[in-house]
Parts: sequence; C-alpha cells; structure tokens
Amino acid sequence: MNEFLLIAGMALVTFAIRYPVLAFVGRVPMPKSVLRSLGYVPPAVLAAIIAPAVLMPDGEHLAVGFFNPYLMAGLFSTTVAWRSRNLLLTIVAGMGFFWLWRWLPTLILASNLM
Amino acid sequence: MPQSFTRHSEFWAGFKDTFPLVVGGIPFGIIFGALAVTSGLSEGGAAAMSAFVFAGSAQFIAAGLVASGVSVGFIVLTTFVVNLRHLLYSATLAPHMTHLPQRWLAPLAFWLTDESFVVVVSRYAKNDDSPFKHWYFLGSAIFMYVNWQLCTYIGIWTGRSIPNPANWGLDFAMIVTFIGMLVPFVRKKPALVAALAAGSVAIGLNFLPNKLGLMAAALAGIGAGMITETILERTAQQGNQPSTVVDSAQATQPRSTVPAKESEA
Repeated sequence: MNEFLLIAGMALVTFAIRYPVLAFVGRVPMPKSVLRSLGYVPPAVLAAIIAPAVLMPDGEHLAVGFFNPYLMAGLFSTTVAWRSRNLLLTIVAGMGFFWLWRWLPTLILASNLM
Repeated sequence: MPQSFTRHSEFWAGFKDTFPLVVGGIPFGIIFGALAVTSGLSEGGAAAMSAFVFAGSAQFIAAGLVASGVSVGFIVLTTFVVNLRHLLYSATLAPHMTHLPQRWLAPLAFWLTDESFVVVVSRYAKNDDSPFKHWYFLGSAIFMYVNWQLCTYIGIWTGRSIPNPANWGLDFAMIVTFIGMLVPFVRKKPALVAALAAGSVAIGLNFLPNKLGLMAAALAGIGAGMITETILERTAQQGNQPSTVVDSAQATQPRSTVPAKESEA
C-alpha cells in the first residue's frame, strides 16, 4: 500500500468533483427547470444517506423494529427536530436517546441479575 | 429594518450557524482517526488524509478498504463514486457564486462538505442583498475544516490505546446530524416527497456497490420533488385558489435551518 499515492489520488478525485462545476458551470446560464430541480438536492441527498443508515444498520438487511436503536433514535430525533427547530438540541438529545436505547437491554438484564 | 452586512458579520454568522453541525461531526472525526490507524494507515497518513482529502464518509470507507487490503486504484475509484454527490452541491451553489474569482472558488470548493453545503445553501436562499455571502461560506468551511483536523488527531491518539472504536455507537452522531439538517426542508410538501422517494430508492438499491445507489436515489428524489411541485401548481391553478400556489422559488427553502436567525440585527 503506497500511502502517498492513495492520499494524492483521493485528494485529486475529490477536488475534481467539487471544483470544476463551481468554477465554470455557474458562468453559463442554466435553464430555469434545472435551477428549480437543484433546490431538491439537499432533501434528496440527505434522505438517501439517512434511510439506509437507520433502516439497514448492518448494511444489508432491513431491520424494522423496537430493537433497532438506529431506527428508534432516528424517529425520536426527527420528532425533536420537527418540534424544537433546534439543531443542536436535536443532535444532543438524539445521541442521548440512541445510547439509552442501545444499552437499555443490557442495563435491564444487569439489574435483574443483581 | 435594513440590515448592514459586513465581511466580518457574515463570517461569524457562518461560523455560528455551523456550530451544531461541528458538534455532530466531532465523534465522527474521532472514530475516523482511531479507525484509520487501527486499519493500517500510518498516523501521518491518517492526518494527511484529513488535511488533503477532507471528505468524511469517503475517508471512512477508505480506511475500511485499507484494512481489507484492496488496491490503491480501487480505493480512489470508490472515493470518486462516494463523493459524486458533491457534483450536485457544486451545481446548486454555482449560480450564486458567478461573481467570485477563482482564488475564492478553488478553496471554497475544496472545503465543500455536506454540512457546509446545507448551511450555505440556506444562506444564499435568503432574500437579502448581502454582497458577502461567500464570507459566510468561508466561516462555515474553516470551522468544519479545523474541527475535522483536531478530531482526527484526537482519534489517532485514542486509537493507539482503545480498541474497536467503531463499536462505541458514535456512528449515530452523523446520522442524527443529517436528520437535523433534513427536517427543516421537508416542511414543504414537494421536498417531503423528494425525501421519501430518495429514501425508498436508496433502500431498494442498497445492494449496489460503492454507494452507487445513493446517486440514483438522489436523482429519483429530485425528479419526484419536481413532479410533485408541478402537480401542486396545476391543482392550485385549476382550483383557482391562489393561497395554495407553490411558489417555485420558495418551494424548497428550509423554513428555519437555524432558528432566530432573522431576528438578528
């Protein structure tokens, strides 16, 4: 594994994606429909990342149920975000809920054994 | 009340509005650092990757691939596919940034991330005539970048002593951050449909290698949003109820990504 080549290659392709469109496409007038469609980029991309992450935590199988902490904490975070409109609160409360849900079975088991 | 925008005020506003996303990014950066050194990258290599590539999820996947011993070419190709979504981000921001010289565009492009994109696109969507919105971008980008470097170092340092960083459950931090970014958008119906469509397609195409399904899902979501917007407009016109007309310029704006922003002087 040549680390220098790896990092140089990754840096190059990443910049080659981020830069040219920003640098040149903006100078050409774009049709109105294209501009309109670009408004849907944020919700579409974010949802495409989130959905498999919470519904398929192992990367392969759908896990819909109470014992999937990613799903339960995802639903909880969505509710907090919707009602509070506060991003920081959403992140902190969501993480807290996730840990609680994840370790709850262990805690209950431990307390039963005592 | 007329607002006066300065380079300074924009820079700090970008910094401030990015703060919650930086908090959400901290665990992610730390796991990357720890995972990178436990998967076979040198400590310098892990730090250099954060400094020069600066693409969280791609770095994460790359670290995993290094551990599995695949070729450099394959990892670079994977990085390309995983980062393709930035093409959509650049295209979205480009129309707002036509007045900027390349000495601004090149660094801002390098610093483009999911987080900064979402914050900055909301700033550009606001109807004020501030000439310094790129300073807002800069403030957001530098905060994200510096935080990513620091968290990588912390992760490298923890990776030396603590095994199995991926099992701490910190991976949910990125997911909850993205949920927090998504929710303000889906208060509008077409954007909600776009998100539901993209999410469903992403699940359905999850078997595709290298997150190719993500790109297909994003495009499907954009299409679904456009169709919904058109249908809603037509129904509104037929019903002759101007109050329900979807304003195309407003249809996709988040109502409040960052609360209380408007009330600032």
